[in-house]
Amino acid sequence: MKRERATYLFIVPGLLFFLIFAYLPLAGNVVAFQDYSPYWGIGGSEWVGLENFAAMFNDPQFMRALTNTLVISFLQIVFAFPAPILLALLLNSLISERIKRVVQSIVYLPHFISWVIVIAIWQQVLGGAGPVAELFSAIGIDGVNIMSDPDTFKALVVSQVIWKDIGWGTIIFFAAITSIPNELYEAAAVDGAGSMRRTWHVTLPGLVPVITLLLILTIGNVLTVGFEQLLLQQPAVGSAAAEVLDTFVYYRGIAGGDWGLSTAAGLFKGVIGTILVIAANKFAKRLGTEGLF
Amino acid sequence: MAALLPTATPTRGPDDRRRYPNRPVWMGVPSKPVQAAKAVTIAFIVLVMLYPFVYVIAMSFASREAAASGGLFPTSFSLDAYRSILGGDVVTRAMLVSIGITAVGTTLSMIFTTTLAYGLMRTRDVPGAKFVLVLVLCTMLFGAGIIPNYLLVRSLGMLDSYWSLIIPGLISAFNMVVVRNFFMGLPAELLESARLDGASDLRIFTQIVLPLSKAVLAVIALFYAVGYWNAFFNAMIYLNDTTKWPIQVVLNQYVVQGSALTSIQAPDQPPPPGQTLQMAVIVVATIPILLLYPFAQRYFTKGVLTGAIKG
Repeated sequence: MKRERATYLFIVPGLLFFLIFAYLPLAGNVVAFQDYSPYWGIGGSEWVGLENFAAMFNDPQFMRALTNTLVISFLQIVFAFPAPILLALLLNSLISERIKRVVQSIVYLPHFISWVIVIAIWQQVLGGAGPVAELFSAIGIDGVNIMSDPDTFKALVVSQVIWKDIGWGTIIFFAAITSIPNELYEAAAVDGAGSMRRTWHVTLPGLVPVITLLLILTIGNVLTVGFEQLLLQQPAVGSAAAEVLDTFVYYRGIAGGDWGLSTAAGLFKGVIGTILVIAANKFAKRLGTEGLF
Repeated sequence: MAALLPTATPTRGPDDRRRYPNRPVWMGVPSKPVQAAKAVTIAFIVLVMLYPFVYVIAMSFASREAAASGGLFPTSFSLDAYRSILGGDVVTRAMLVSIGITAVGTTLSMIFTTTLAYGLMRTRDVPGAKFVLVLVLCTMLFGAGIIPNYLLVRSLGMLDSYWSLIIPGLISAFNMVVVRNFFMGLPAELLESARLDGASDLRIFTQIVLPLSKAVLAVIALFYAVGYWNAFFNAMIYLNDTTKWPIQVVLNQYVVQGSALTSIQAPDQPPPPGQTLQMAVIVVATIPILLLYPFAQRYFTKGVLTGAIKG
């Protein structure tokens, strides 16, 4: 018994951390039901019931943030999600291990770079003063600034996500591909299947469990789109194109001081997000994949 | 005679066999157009990935004339931009802040993550440990939200303190699980016999468990270090005092948002072209990651897979 007491010394600091920094702030969400003012604090602010939520759904900016979030999420699922699968298949079909390794180390790299640096680099290359704008003006189209065009911004966001994380995403698909037994390919080849048909009938079915799991988790996260990515670019493209739920919460709350409404928006996002993740996991399990928890 | 043999898959000529000795016979060899298409695709991907880095690095070294003439690549070389930002105090101070946060943060995160992982190893023998583990795992499913976290940090008096960049993210539940899984994979008899010999927990932890776990510790330390180095949002909202800004916030202010560059230049030198200054700040902020990258690449791949495989 004395033994175990020593073990608790290992547990308690970490436990305190999670209680204070993960569970305690959950209680802070009561601000969503208050007309909160920092001067009065949570104890002294007036309770307003669901008023903040009502105001939120009547707020055109919130609805726009919600729409933008869902549209960007949808585009990510359609374009950014399959990208690493295609790249993994392409790299896997290469014969030379050396080229494979070199390409991998190049495509992994942007994953480790912060969003601030990624946006800064993209701005230098694609912005109004960069080489791409210069190429355009060389063929007679002046004033091209891909980085601040609200009309094409959503495509830009998806391209950035693909650029940054396509390589990283391949890792898990690679692992799944290498775990497919070689005999399956051999048997398919003996039956006369060419390389396209082997990919279609052997590789892809082998990837289905991983794809299902990741896809469902991605769908569970539809209300979360790259927060820093959008926050950094909003000044350049304007809020009509670049307002998403997280940036709405930040600008309304921390920057704008509308604490109650912004907390309500955050709570809305958090609750729906948690429900979606749990539901998605249940669904994955029902489909026969392992699920995350 | 050879033409009469049935050929379901493209057969390999002696040429191919010499070129690809490891390639299984059944795989066949793609036709020339397919090979060419693949080569072009790969070349395109590599170009798109690398060109931005190469361009930024090249421009940061561009001389005044080269920067003015533009083009896909500058042609003449100058260190003026680096001399200027490193001679000014904003970028140098921000780099020191970032290095400090990364070093202290990574150290503390490693201590708290590994001790908790060790404490939660024996969920069967230690009453309550299972409950704590579930409590920690649940945090992966939800986040309290931006505002409640901000209010907490403010009420703890950590605004404008460097601790606000470290303490709120001290332990990542995911990393803790990865470390714990690794610890659980260590030979149980070894730990048990040490325990029977009367070794204390602290002794078992520091002298057996940690030394046997160097691989996973390296992965997790790299995860934390890259995270601390790249952190931006917390610094932006928690630090009002601009002299405390880490490099990512400075980079955002002067490069992404385009604030006047006069404050990041060395006061006693003629100012180099603004664009080269911005590029130099990007390069300086990226260098530590590029230095870590060779290790990171090797270990992170393993780390991701360790995490992906349910333990």
